[in-house]
Amino acid sequence: MFSNLDLQKFVFGRLTLEAIPYHEPILVATFAAVALGGLALVIALTYYRLWAYLWSEWFTSVDHKKIGIMYVILALVMLVRGFSDAIMMRIQQAIAFNGSEGYLPPHHYDQVFTAHGVIMIFFMAMPFVTGLMNFVVPLQIGARDVSFPFLNNFSFWMTTAGAVIIMMSLFVGEFARTGWLAYPPLSGADYSPGVGVDYYIWGLQVAGIGTTLSGINLIATIVKMRAPGMTMMKMPVFTWTSLCTNVLIVATFPVLTATLALLSLDRYAGTNFFTNDLGGNPMMYVNLIWIWGHPEVYILVLPAFGIFSEVVATFCGKRLFGYASMVYATVVITILSYIVWLHHFFTMGSGASVNAFFGITTMIISIPTGAKMFNWLFTMYRGRIRYEVPMLWTIGFMVTFVIGGMTGVLLAVPPADFVLHNSLFLIAHFHNVIIGGVVFGLMAGVTYWFPKAFGFKLDPFWGKMSFWFWLTGFYFAFMPLYVLGLMGVTRRVSQFEDPSLQIWFVIAAFGAFLIALGILSFLIQLVVSFKRREQLADFTGDPWDGRTLEWSTSSPPPEYNFAFTPVVHDHDSYWDMKNRGYARPVSGFKAIHMPKGTGTGVILSGLSVAFAFAMIWYIWWLAALSLVAIIVVSIAHTFNYNRDFYIPANEVVETEDKRTELLAGKV
Amino acid sequence: MIDTTEKPQFYLTEEHHPEGSTMLGFWLYLMSDCLIFAVLFATYGVLGRNYAAGPSPADLFDLTLVAINTATLLLSSITYGFAMLQMERNAKAETLFWLGITGLFGAVFIALELYEFIHLIHEGAGPSRSAFLSAFFTLVGTHGLHVTFGIVWLVTLMVQVNRHGLIPANRRRLMCLSMFWHFLDVVWIGVFSIVYLLGVLG
Amino acid sequence: MSSHAPVHEDAHEAHHGHSHGHEAGHGSLKSYMTGFVLSIILTAIPFWLVMGGVFESRAITAVFVIALGAVQMVVHMIYFLHMNTKSEGGWTMMALIFTIVIVAIALSGSFWVMHHLNTNMMPMSPEMMKNMP
Repeated sequence: MFSNLDLQKFVFGRLTLEAIPYHEPILVATFAAVALGGLALVIALTYYRLWAYLWSEWFTSVDHKKIGIMYVILALVMLVRGFSDAIMMRIQQAIAFNGSEGYLPPHHYDQVFTAHGVIMIFFMAMPFVTGLMNFVVPLQIGARDVSFPFLNNFSFWMTTAGAVIIMMSLFVGEFARTGWLAYPPLSGADYSPGVGVDYYIWGLQVAGIGTTLSGINLIATIVKMRAPGMTMMKMPVFTWTSLCTNVLIVATFPVLTATLALLSLDRYAGTNFFTNDLGGNPMMYVNLIWIWGHPEVYILVLPAFGIFSEVVATFCGKRLFGYASMVYATVVITILSYIVWLHHFFTMGSGASVNAFFGITTMIISIPTGAKMFNWLFTMYRGRIRYEVPMLWTIGFMVTFVIGGMTGVLLAVPPADFVLHNSLFLIAHFHNVIIGGVVFGLMAGVTYWFPKAFGFKLDPFWGKMSFWFWLTGFYFAFMPLYVLGLMGVTRRVSQFEDPSLQIWFVIAAFGAFLIALGILSFLIQLVVSFKRREQLADFTGDPWDGRTLEWSTSSPPPEYNFAFTPVVHDHDSYWDMKNRGYARPVSGFKAIHMPKGTGTGVILSGLSVAFAFAMIWYIWWLAALSLVAIIVVSIAHTFNYNRDFYIPANEVVETEDKRTELLAGKV
Repeated sequence: MIDTTEKPQFYLTEEHHPEGSTMLGFWLYLMSDCLIFAVLFATYGVLGRNYAAGPSPADLFDLTLVAINTATLLLSSITYGFAMLQMERNAKAETLFWLGITGLFGAVFIALELYEFIHLIHEGAGPSRSAFLSAFFTLVGTHGLHVTFGIVWLVTLMVQVNRHGLIPANRRRLMCLSMFWHFLDVVWIGVFSIVYLLGVLG
Repeated sequence: MSSHAPVHEDAHEAHHGHSHGHEAGHGSLKSYMTGFVLSIILTAIPFWLVMGGVFESRAITAVFVIALGAVQMVVHMIYFLHMNTKSEGGWTMMALIFTIVIVAIALSGSFWVMHHLNTNMMPMSPEMMKNMP
C-alpha cells in the first residue's frame, strides 16, 4: 500500500519544503539578489539574442583559449561568493563580544567558514590556475590546441557542475558545518546526518573528475605538442611550473577522490572506515586527506611562481636569472611536497620520531623556495624595471610571501606547532602564503595576459588601485590574526568572552573591507578597460615587449594560434626571434586541421548535477536515471568519429592578411 | 634541422604533426587510477586487522574460489593478447572472436566475485560488520567495478569494430582497453596476494 | 630530452588515417605466451604455499607471497603492458617510476604514521585490538 508519505518519499527523497531556508532573512535576501541578477542576465542575453552565440562559440567550444577564459570567469564569480563569506565572518567576529551573539547563529557561521574554505580553494583558486594554464600553455609551446580538446571542454564543465552543486546548497538545504576538510567523525553519519556534508562530497567529487582529467590533458600537451626545437630545458618557466602542477594534480587528486569515496561509503552504506566503533579509525581520514592536501598547496602556488618568473623577466628586460636552478627548484618542490603531509597534524600523537621527520622535511622545502626568491631578486638586479601593474603584484608578492614563508618554517617546528595548532596564527599563515602567493600571482597573470586574450590592456589606474587596496587590506586583515593566534585564540569560533581581543578583530574587519575595495577596483577595472578599449588597444600582439612564443601571434590569437608552427632555438624564444631578425610570414598559408566543438561536455555536466542532487537528497530513481543517462551519453559520444575539420586556406589567408595590413598601418 | 648559424629558421612551412598523445594520456590516467587503488590498499593495510570481534579472513575466504577467479582473469588476459595479435594481422573476425572470449572470462570473474560477496553477506559478514570487512569489500569491489566497466567498454568496442572495421581510431581504442585490462590484472595480483593469501595466512 | 619520432600521428583524437598505432610496443605470440606461462607459475606457487601449508613459519610464507607477487607484477608489466624504456620517448616509464615512488611514499608513510599513532594513543596489544568491539 502506498500512503501519501511513501509516495512523497519516493519522488522527493528527503527533500521537503522545510529544506528551503525561507525563514533566514540573510539567505532570502541573497536569494532575491541572485535571482534578480540571474533574471536580468537571462533577459539581457535573450534580448540581445546571444544564446545561440554563447552556445556555439563558447559553451561547446573546444578552443583552449575560450575554455581558459571561461575557467577564469567561473573563478571570478566564485571569488565574489567566497569573499562574501569572508567578510561575513570578519563582521561577525568583530561584533560578537560582550555577550552579543553577533548576527550569524553558530549553525550558520559554521556553514560560512566551511563554504569559504571549500570555495576559495576548489572553485576560485583551482579554476583560476587551470584557466590560466589552459590559455597560456599551448600558446607558449607553439601548439594549436591541447592534446584532447573535447576532454578539455568536458573538464571545464565538470568543474562548473561542482560549483553549481556547492552553490545550490545555499538555497536548498544547507552546507557542511565541518570545516573545509570535513574530518570525521564529525562529518560522519552520526554527527552530520543532514545534507551538508553530502553537498560537500558530491560537489568536490564532480569537480575532481574535471580537475584530474584536465591535469592529464595538460601533461600530455606539454610532453607531446611542443614546437620543434623546444627541448625540455628550453620550455618557458610558466610551462615548466604548469607541467609540475599537473603532475601533482594527476598524482594527488585520485587520493582525494578515493578518500571522499570512503567517507561517502561510511555515510551512505554504513561501512566503518572512519567511525568510532567497529574498528574504524577517523585518524586514517586525516592522514589520507593530507596526502592530497599538502601537494594541493603546491598545485596552487607553482603556477603562480611561473607567472612571477615570466613577469619579472619581461618587465626587467632581462633573461630570467638562473633558469636551470628555477627548473630544478620546481621539480624538487614537486617531489618534496609529497613527504611533508604530517605537519598538518603534528598534534595527532604519532610521536617524536614521526614528527621530527616531517618537521625536518618541511623545513627543507623552504630551501628551493628561497632559491627561487633569490632568482627573482637577481633578475631584477641591474635590470631596467618597468613598474607596470603585473610587476607591482610581483613585488608585493615577494615581500608578503617571504613573511608567510617564515611563519611557515616556524609552524614546522613540532613543539611550536603544539602551541599554535588550530590557532588564528595558522589562519594568518596560510592566508599569508595563499593571498600573498597565489592570489597576487593570479592577479599579475590576469593583468599580464589580458591583452593577449582580448587585444587591449587593462586600465592601469584601476589596476594600481586594486593592487594597493589588496596589499594594505591583506596586512590589516591578517597581521592582527598572527597576534591573536599567539595569544591563543583558536579558529572557527563565532563568539568571544574576552573584550580585550575585540580591537584586533575590528582591525581585521577593516582589512577585509579594504580587500573588498580591491576586488571592487578590479571589477571596475574590467568595465573601465572595456569602455576605453580603443585607447588601450594593442595591435602588435606584443604589448609588453614579451619574451615567449605567445607574444609572437596576434591579440587575440586566431583560432589556430599560429599560421605556421614556430621553431624554437632558445627558452626566451620570441625574444631570440626578435633579436635575430625574425620576419612574420605573409604568404604560403595552408589549410589548418582543427578539432570540432561538441555539446557533449555540457550535457554530461548537467546530468552529473542531476545525479549529485539526487544522491544528496536520496532521490534514488533520479540517481539511477541520471547515472544511466551519463553512461549512455558517454558511449554515444564514442560513436562519433567525425571530430575534426579543416580551416580552409583562403580563410587563413584572409585572417593573416588582415593582420599584415594592421601591422603595416600601425607600426 | 635547427640552429643553423647563418640563417635561423623560425617556423615550419609544412604542416606540423606532433606525435599522437592518446597512449600517453591513457597511461597517465592509469597511473592516477593506480593511486586510487593505493589509497584502498593503504586503508586495507591500516584497518585490515580491525575485526571488531567479528570474523577474520581465515574464517571467511575460500581460496579455491579465489584461485579459480584468478585463473579466469589470467585467461582473459592472454585471450586479449590474442585479440591484439589478430588485430595486428588485420583480421577483423578473429579479433572480434577473441574479444568475445575475453569478455566472457571477464563476466565469469564478475559472477564469481558477486557469488562470493553475496555468500559473505548472507553469513553476516557484510561491509558494515567491521572495518576489516569495509576495507575488504571496498578494495575488491572497486576492482570488480573496474572490470565491469571494462566489459561494457569491450562490448562497445566490439560493436564499433564490427561497424567500422579495424580503422586507426578503433585500433587505438583497442590498445587503450588492452592497457586498461592488463592494468586490472596487475592490481588483482596485489589483491590476491595481500588480501586473500596473506589474510588466510593470518 | 624531447623526441620527435618519425611516427606522424595527429595531434588530436581525430586522425588523418595514416596513423599506424605504433605508439605502444606490441608483443608477439611468443612473448604473450612467455608472459602467460610465467604468470601461471607465479600465481600457482603462492597459492600452493598458503593452501598446502608448505612452510612452518608464517613469516617465510608471507615474504614469498609478497616477493612472488612483486615479480609477477613486473612480468605483467613487461609481457602484457609492453613496458620498456623507449615507448613514448621514455615518458611512460618515467610516469610509472614516479607513480611507484608516490605509491610507496603514501603506503609506507601511512603505515608508519598510523602504526606510531596506534602505539602511542592506543596502549593495548594487537590481540586486544582484534577483539575490541
